[in-house]
Amino acid sequence: MTLVYSFLFCGLICLIGEIIFENTKLTFGHVTSLFVVIGSILSLIGVYDKIADYVGAGANLPIVSFGNTLTNGAYKGFVQDGFIGLFSGMLGEVSTGVVAAVVFSFILMLFLKPKD
Amino acid sequence: MKKQEYLKVVEECTAKDKKLINYVNSFTVGGLIGFLGEGIKMICTNYYHLPVSEAISYVLVILIFISCLCTGLGFFDDIVSKFRCGIVIPITGFAHSIMSSALDYKNDGLITGVGANFFRLAGSVLLYGIVSGFICAVIKVIINV
Repeated sequence: MTLVYSFLFCGLICLIGEIIFENTKLTFGHVTSLFVVIGSILSLIGVYDKIADYVGAGANLPIVSFGNTLTNGAYKGFVQDGFIGLFSGMLGEVSTGVVAAVVFSFILMLFLKPKD
Repeated sequence: MKKQEYLKVVEECTAKDKKLINYVNSFTVGGLIGFLGEGIKMICTNYYHLPVSEAISYVLVILIFISCLCTGLGFFDDIVSKFRCGIVIPITGFAHSIMSSALDYKNDGLITGVGANFFRLAGSVLLYGIVSGFICAVIKVIINV
């Protein structure tokens, strides 16, 4: 059943993004940045983690979860280490995505040629 | 009805149809990516007995690898221009933006080309994610303390 929820939730987020993209003059960069900020705000309210429990991995894939994880990481850091934890804990959980993207891009870039 | 008016009406109708098709495409493709992610997560937790957080990391790594590979092989740009937000909003879009800017500037050298332009497209996501995350975390701390 979580498979269906994942499909619906991830699809819904993409649909909202597409509606914003089609009806305004914003570019993909604007839309993704906007969604990250929305994710941070949802995390502030505490809604996103509840959705993620319900939906499964479908909630971890949209870029919205990036903002959510950043805010969560910073807050957990504060709970653990005090004020300095805001800085040290923030990137802890998103590092999977960022590091994987950077490393794979760099290695594949060395072997593949740009299309033109 | 004059010919010009007729053409105008036709244009409006086709534009609407195009928008609708784009909506459906984005919804389906984005949903399929979520479906695939949840499927990989289920395989990891059920057959390899990994904890959920590790399984999600595997899902992210696998999807990012696929996205980078497809971008490098050259047919991902067509998919993105067809399905738009369905690809760009999930983490595949993040990987695609990094990979494509790395490939585009490969000819300018490793430092001045690739190094300087690596985060040209993905930088906005990182910047606004970190800034908004920091602000929201501070507000959350103030509320809860």
